[in-house]
Amino acid sequence: MPSNQIPLAEAPAEPTETRHVHAALTRTSTGKEDLRELESGLDSLQSDADRKHRIDWSRVLLPIAALVVLVLAWQFYVSLGVKRRDLVPGPMDVVTQMGVLWNEGKLQEAVWTSMQRGLVGFVISVAIATPVGLLLAQVAPLRRAFGPLISGLQVLPSVAWVPAAIIWFGLTDATVYFVVFMGAIPSIINGLISGVDQIPPQYRRVGTVLGASRLEMALQIILPAALPGYLGGLKQGWAFSWRSLMAAEIIAVGGTIGFGLGSLLDQGRILSDMTVVMSAILLILAVGILIELLVFAPIEKRLLRSRGLLSGSTR
Amino acid sequence: MPVVLEHLGKRFGDGAPVLDDVNANIGKGEFVALLGASGCGKSTLLNIMAGLEAPTSGALEVPSDGAAFMFQDAALFPWLTARENIELALKLRGVGKAERKAKAQDLLELVHLGAAGDKRPHELSGGMRQRVALARSLAQDRQLLLMDEPFAALDAITRDLLHDELERIWKETGRTIVFVTHNVREAVRLGQRVLLLSSRPGRVVQEWDVTEEHRTDAGLAGQLTGVITARLREEIRRHAK
Repeated sequence: MPSNQIPLAEAPAEPTETRHVHAALTRTSTGKEDLRELESGLDSLQSDADRKHRIDWSRVLLPIAALVVLVLAWQFYVSLGVKRRDLVPGPMDVVTQMGVLWNEGKLQEAVWTSMQRGLVGFVISVAIATPVGLLLAQVAPLRRAFGPLISGLQVLPSVAWVPAAIIWFGLTDATVYFVVFMGAIPSIINGLISGVDQIPPQYRRVGTVLGASRLEMALQIILPAALPGYLGGLKQGWAFSWRSLMAAEIIAVGGTIGFGLGSLLDQGRILSDMTVVMSAILLILAVGILIELLVFAPIEKRLLRSRGLLSGSTR
Repeated sequence: MPVVLEHLGKRFGDGAPVLDDVNANIGKGEFVALLGASGCGKSTLLNIMAGLEAPTSGALEVPSDGAAFMFQDAALFPWLTARENIELALKLRGVGKAERKAKAQDLLELVHLGAAGDKRPHELSGGMRQRVALARSLAQDRQLLLMDEPFAALDAITRDLLHDELERIWKETGRTIVFVTHNVREAVRLGQRVLLLSSRPGRVVQEWDVTEEHRTDAGLAGQLTGVITARLREEIRRHAK
């Protein structure tokens, strides 16, 4: 820069002095310790102070309040007496019926049977879908060949497999599991693939530069980077397997198939007992909500927080 | 010579060449600043040296073990802490588990982040992230370190500090560094040699040595910066319509 030359020309009396001053201006002539101190000062200026995480009671109280409002509205509608009581039972009727089912041991049996099946089916689906999804996401010809089919399978309601499964496997647990797999696996594969698609290309370049092999790239970089999308796929996979399971249990009754929530629902229909039907529906809903609240929500929250994706969200 | 570029050319598809007849020699332990305006193919040239892209013509010689690379954005993995990011680089290089831990701590100390190792990237400031990225590229333990405008996105105070930091680490580790920048002052500040790339197609049109006198004499450095800026503008003006 020309302006830097001017002082040199104008101050010939003490050139070294002038030079020194200007040198210090352009080149921060810092010593080692000085640099360390400067940097740590700048670091603390530029980093946020640690925030504490406190329990936010509105998270607990607001959903409970919403539930209370809904139940009150239900009771209000029933007390208007628009429909016959045996067609639209009130909340208390349903609670009473649940108590009866509990004392008979039917409620516990149904919930336990269904949840066990749902979880086992889901875990096996994850074990199958994860490697398949990674392979499809990483190998372009495979993806092009099977991608549309997998997407199609996700659209196909897995209930459609129930008749086929009954013919193949009879009224056994195999029928139920088959339907669960057909529901959950494509959905988890798709979630994983879309998670992989959303990885910033920079991560792969870093992996290449760091010398990652294909397998290392898949396990150390692609899979963790795709985790938010993968978790979304898992959530959806669980939802699909739970739904498929209910559908299978409602349609396939008898044989060696145990007594699940779907079976309870179907039994209520046969007996034309609306309180049993409502109990079963509410239990199916409750299990779904419980799994979301106790399993997926904490995992998701932790995942997003650790990546700094939670600030500003309404979660 | 760790890096020799001979008549290197690169074009994407049928388009105009991005690089054309690039020639350069870079000696061991040298700090070379690669300067050019936008669209001169600086990053492409760096990618070719890193083996991320192949040249379409000419030949190049790079160390057989490849090169370490530092990107403009830190490109740290957000699911790992600062320390784990560095450890991953060591792991992918094949360093054993026990050694990884000690090495990662040494590298964190080297970039003055010994206490911040357990923070996640999003908890670090831009300058800190870039230092972790520097530590990670040093963890690769390659003689050649390629840097693609690593400080371009930082504020001026942090950038000044990181210049000092990089110079210190370069002297301590004896790496060969190719530093891409579009900032003339940064090039003169850091490089022992400044190579100017023309734009469309990219070609080394002129080079300057930055001597020890330039380092101690701000006037001389300013003069050189002026000369290089003038030449760079001349290059840019050629593209005026």
